[in-house]
Amino acid sequence: MNLYLVLAVNSITLGGLLFLLSSGFSLIFGLMRIPNLTHGSLFMLGAYLGASLAVWYRLDFWLAAILSAVLVAAFGGLIERLLLRRLAGNTLAQVLVTLGIAFMIADACLMAFTGDPITVPTPAGLVGAVRSFGVVFPIYRLVIILIAVAFAVALWLLLDRTRLGAMIRAGVDDPDMARIVGIPVPRLFTIVFCLGAALAGFAGVIGAPILSVYPGLDFDMLPLALMVVILGGTGSLLGSLIGSFIIGFLYNYGQALLPELAYFVLFLPMLVMLLVRPQGLFGRQAP
Amino acid sequence: MTARGGALIVTVAVLAAAPYWLPGSYYVNIATQILFYAIFALAIDLLIGYGGLVSLGHAGLFGLASYVIAVVVAAGWGHFAAIALALAVTLAATGVFALMALRSIGIGFLMITLALGQILWGLAYRWISVTNGDNGLNVDTRPAPFGFSLNQASAFYYAVLIVFLIVVACVAVFVSSPFGASLRGTRDQPRRMNALGYHVCMIRFCACLFSGLLTAIAGILFVYYNQFISPQTLALTASAEVVLMVISGGAGTLLGPIVGAALVVIMKNVASAYIVRWNFLLGAIFVAIVIFMPEGLVPGTVRFMRWVRKSLAGQFAGLVPGGEARR
Repeated sequence: MNLYLVLAVNSITLGGLLFLLSSGFSLIFGLMRIPNLTHGSLFMLGAYLGASLAVWYRLDFWLAAILSAVLVAAFGGLIERLLLRRLAGNTLAQVLVTLGIAFMIADACLMAFTGDPITVPTPAGLVGAVRSFGVVFPIYRLVIILIAVAFAVALWLLLDRTRLGAMIRAGVDDPDMARIVGIPVPRLFTIVFCLGAALAGFAGVIGAPILSVYPGLDFDMLPLALMVVILGGTGSLLGSLIGSFIIGFLYNYGQALLPELAYFVLFLPMLVMLLVRPQGLFGRQAP
Repeated sequence: MTARGGALIVTVAVLAAAPYWLPGSYYVNIATQILFYAIFALAIDLLIGYGGLVSLGHAGLFGLASYVIAVVVAAGWGHFAAIALALAVTLAATGVFALMALRSIGIGFLMITLALGQILWGLAYRWISVTNGDNGLNVDTRPAPFGFSLNQASAFYYAVLIVFLIVVACVAVFVSSPFGASLRGTRDQPRRMNALGYHVCMIRFCACLFSGLLTAIAGILFVYYNQFISPQTLALTASAEVVLMVISGGAGTLLGPIVGAALVVIMKNVASAYIVRWNFLLGAIFVAIVIFMPEGLVPGTVRFMRWVRKSLAGQFAGLVPGGEARR
């Protein structure tokens, strides 16, 4: 019984990280109509930057996290401005470019940070665990859950209550019409891409004490983000949230109970969802 | 005889004589790799070039065929049974995957195939009791069809060459058949094809199955060539390499993927002699080709030659009788 409770906490934690990762992915997909295949790499890049800032330069963990999020956002902005912008209208080329960049980031990280995994210590003050209901909950994991919830609320407020959010929603619904009424859609592309990159980079850093940072982290996370979006539906914040927790639970329980088939466990919900409701839980019918 | 037919006969003759004019068995092995990767690239080209469906999960199917061979041969069954089972399992998996991925077309297809490919990779990596995990599996023997041993590099090359020529002929017949035409129709105008009474989804499904069959053949040749299979073969980079072969050579052509396969295999072998960072180079080439030569080398070269001929014709138009009229 104890094991299952601990697993549940871990699953919610992973779900929170996945939400940070996949909400940006889903927003970019919704607005720009491309799956950003560098998203896992941005996660890993953030993790490596944060780890090197926190471990090698002895920066405060949270400062390192924010700094790497900003750096990754700037990098994402460069990708969008310099490469994706040139290929506007050619979705396939854009996707292939993001894939090419993902390989380059993976190899550059391997070169810069070597193949040894880097373990990032849990930030000071959050080490240890709280004891309640006879179960031990690690504090840091609870903090991650809180952060994810805070981000979910903030993102919802941003999208639902601000002018920028309204413009993004308009762009997601009908980019051509949004352009006609004078919404600067290309600028939105850059903003959303930077936002998504920042979220991914930040998630990478705060996930580092749990997952550790290793080469291959990028293509471990990318399929999970894809599956969240396939399950939850694209362009929907609620879909990302629910999808993240479903995948978080399945992946963690799968890893603990059927370690040899951990990835394969994710196959079945995907199969069922695609056959029953191909647009995902909260996705709209493809136009 | 047409110039095309002549070129074909010369090419086949050059390929058949390759073990004699290539300087050593190392080069014969590279030629073998080019041939089975060309089969793999043709399989993907059917989907990308003719069907407009970009798959990033094909390395999973390729690896699946290889793993079935390795497991079945290790269990003591014959090579014939192993090959038959590998083809059947891969086709079945392709059917299920196509059913899932075809629920959404365009970019959704790419996303779902990527996820499915990674699931197969995860299975190969983690299902240690069957796949031996990261250490991979060995295949100790090669089959000996009709009593011919394939242990020599050149003997194996001929076996692969025969399969390759059959595959190319089949694909050529396929794409020029009415079915191939309807597949191109679903690529360009799916709604119109639907209105004309074609079953768009069924056409795509059949194309996926054919592509999966060719992928299985390539995977079987691969595992008998290397006599070893590990999860590396199923990685996303492997899928991307083959997509690169197709788009660098030119998607939607028969020759393009073959040229692309030769290019990527040679580049990989040459590059790995000098640098360790093949993946970085792969990514960089990807970005460069997509930005500078999006239609691929073969159509790009054809366009370039046409442009050269046209500008030459323009220059001498006054001198050639009828040249002016042709412009």
